[in-house]
Amino acid sequence: MTLHRLFPLRLRQTVTQVRLLHGSGCGHQLEEVAMEPELRKETSVFRTQVNDPACQSERHLGQYYTLPTSHLHTIFPHGLPARYQQQVKTFNEGCVMVRQPPAVRYLLCILHQEGNDLYVSKRPVLLTLTGWVDGLKGSGKTMSLCHTIHYCSTQGWLVLHIPDAHLWVKNCKELLPSSYHTSRFDQPIEASNWLRNFRTTNERFLSKIKLRQRYTWTKRESTEKGSPLGELVDMGVSRVKSSSDVVGAVLKELRLQAAETEESEGFRLAVAIDGVNSLWGRTTIKKEDKSPVAPEELTLIHNLRKMIDNNWCGGAVIATLSQTGSLYSPSSAYLPKELLGEEGFDSMDPFIPVPVSNYSEKEFESCYLYYLDRHWLQHPHSKTDEGKKEIIFLSNRNPSVLERLCAFL
Amino acid sequence: MGEDPETFTQQDIDRSIAYLFPSGLFDKRARPLMKHPDEIFPKQQAVQWGADGRPFHFLFYTGKQSYYSLMHDTVAKVLAAEKQQVLLLSEGPVPQDTKPISLVGSRWLLKEELEELLVETISDHDYARFIQLMERLLSLPNCLSEKDFVQRYRKQLEIQSSKQQVAPLQYDENGVAYSTADGRRKTATCTVLLRDCGSGSISINGRDYLHYFPVLQDREQLMFPFHFLDMLGRFDGQCTVGGGGRSSQAGALRLAISRAMLSFLSEGQVESMRQAGLLTPDPRVKERKKPGQEGARRKFTWKKR
Repeated sequence: MTLHRLFPLRLRQTVTQVRLLHGSGCGHQLEEVAMEPELRKETSVFRTQVNDPACQSERHLGQYYTLPTSHLHTIFPHGLPARYQQQVKTFNEGCVMVRQPPAVRYLLCILHQEGNDLYVSKRPVLLTLTGWVDGLKGSGKTMSLCHTIHYCSTQGWLVLHIPDAHLWVKNCKELLPSSYHTSRFDQPIEASNWLRNFRTTNERFLSKIKLRQRYTWTKRESTEKGSPLGELVDMGVSRVKSSSDVVGAVLKELRLQAAETEESEGFRLAVAIDGVNSLWGRTTIKKEDKSPVAPEELTLIHNLRKMIDNNWCGGAVIATLSQTGSLYSPSSAYLPKELLGEEGFDSMDPFIPVPVSNYSEKEFESCYLYYLDRHWLQHPHSKTDEGKKEIIFLSNRNPSVLERLCAFL
Repeated sequence: MGEDPETFTQQDIDRSIAYLFPSGLFDKRARPLMKHPDEIFPKQQAVQWGADGRPFHFLFYTGKQSYYSLMHDTVAKVLAAEKQQVLLLSEGPVPQDTKPISLVGSRWLLKEELEELLVETISDHDYARFIQLMERLLSLPNCLSEKDFVQRYRKQLEIQSSKQQVAPLQYDENGVAYSTADGRRKTATCTVLLRDCGSGSISINGRDYLHYFPVLQDREQLMFPFHFLDMLGRFDGQCTVGGGGRSSQAGALRLAISRAMLSFLSEGQVESMRQAGLLTPDPRVKERKKPGQEGARRKFTWKKR
């Protein structure tokens, strides 16, 4: 894989470039960070004031930064895991840990760099966040994805976030035959929900992007060429019946226009998919004659697959593989090949696997201190050293298990 | 048979009988045995009266002559000790440094054992009076001379932990200390290899223990031996387990880990582990279903008519 061989060289180049690039933007923040260790040595061990993901570097590994509430509502209307949302509500703040892999951020910096210079004939860089050892469930893949999305949106990218692709292949209440293509099926509820959230996330782009093509929905309805994307999205939200086709149209437009250079109001596209292995698995949806529906026969899945194909440029695809919501896969499966299947693996190839594992010692320390700070650990024994060792043993430093364990301490 | 008749002990006799007369009976007491007649036949009272019909013992007509003669002797000793105490006090109020008889490591004979000794039946009330009297004897300060008499009616208890076999510590090629042990619970069996690495990671059947035991209760069972001895992050474990269900596998692992840790510990810690119950194999197994009943204990629904 040529990409892998290139990286060691590029990493060294881009580290210096990153510093230069972001120097102007967050210079003052860097100074603040330098002052920080002297001022507050105890509290800054697990918390950092640097809230902009672009300015976070290796120094901030294992530290928590606060997500501004405005960002929480706009960027993540549907992206965060359910338990994390409950935690945000309880603690009245959303704190995310800056974790390994820093590889994700370095790669994004590379993209940022490359994006500025070379737009044409550059296929999107595919990053896949996989659980690394032993089918790591609950190791923080979705949270890392959200961290990356936060970075992308603060940098001004257009974020296409599919919170859980598994939800599109199971428990579908309504299945309509597609108006566009007779053999395919539509999922109006899921599509309209997604469009609504997409609108919340990317408000500022909706008026800027103009359509290249005329779309006809029914004999009377059509969207003209040159009208803003916002109009298309609104149409999809209001007309629920054709929302899946609207989704397809939106994805197509974004694909075509992401390749623009910056002068003509281009933008970078980040496609973030959680649970990408569902695109090539099986579905539990059945047709009226009780025969199962293959994923290709669903419009949403079909369009998503086109996004992952390598025929467009000017952006990145970040995906997580998860076994938790996936259908018909054994619980011990964790390798990309097992979860994606042959077909999926071939279409995702070449991709950069990014392993996400349990907390390291430092990360565990900061998580523990964060819970103590928030008075989440109420039991007096949990504040002692022995209690801490017990917690380490019982959770084996797995983030989700740790969170569930501390919930009743 | 090639055995030496001079040094032929009772153990050798038992071994030979078991070899010559193999028996498939489950109850050990039903199998053929060859022992001294005194051990086989219960002790019987010899004839209590002579040819003229007069009983030998003066307390024969009480009905329980050995019991009452024992009480009679004990009371005589008590009175003698009290008399001596009075004499010593009258000499001068000098406190005597008489140590009381040490009762640690022994217990009073049970009623059944006393009956066996006296070769006659006694009631609960009689037994209680006897123990009361002995306690009174022990409470007197000058009872050291009756030590032998008292010890005859006490049974020594063995120290349980001396029965525990502790395997010696083994070292592998890197000089890291390790030890192996087995454990069983219900139908689950397991083997554990504990290494003194310092990582605290445990792998079961090749998988991480967090994924093998998703339930917190099982992981707590695994944690118990380490937590008890404060060695939580010290050992690295490699376990293989099979059979049984999730709870019995966890119990088997706990026993095996405790046994494996014995070689790393001191005597006092071994004793404390034994008292905590970490080294006792759980004898509970699934009870057999009986005919005429639905389960082991559950009867069929009772219908009046």
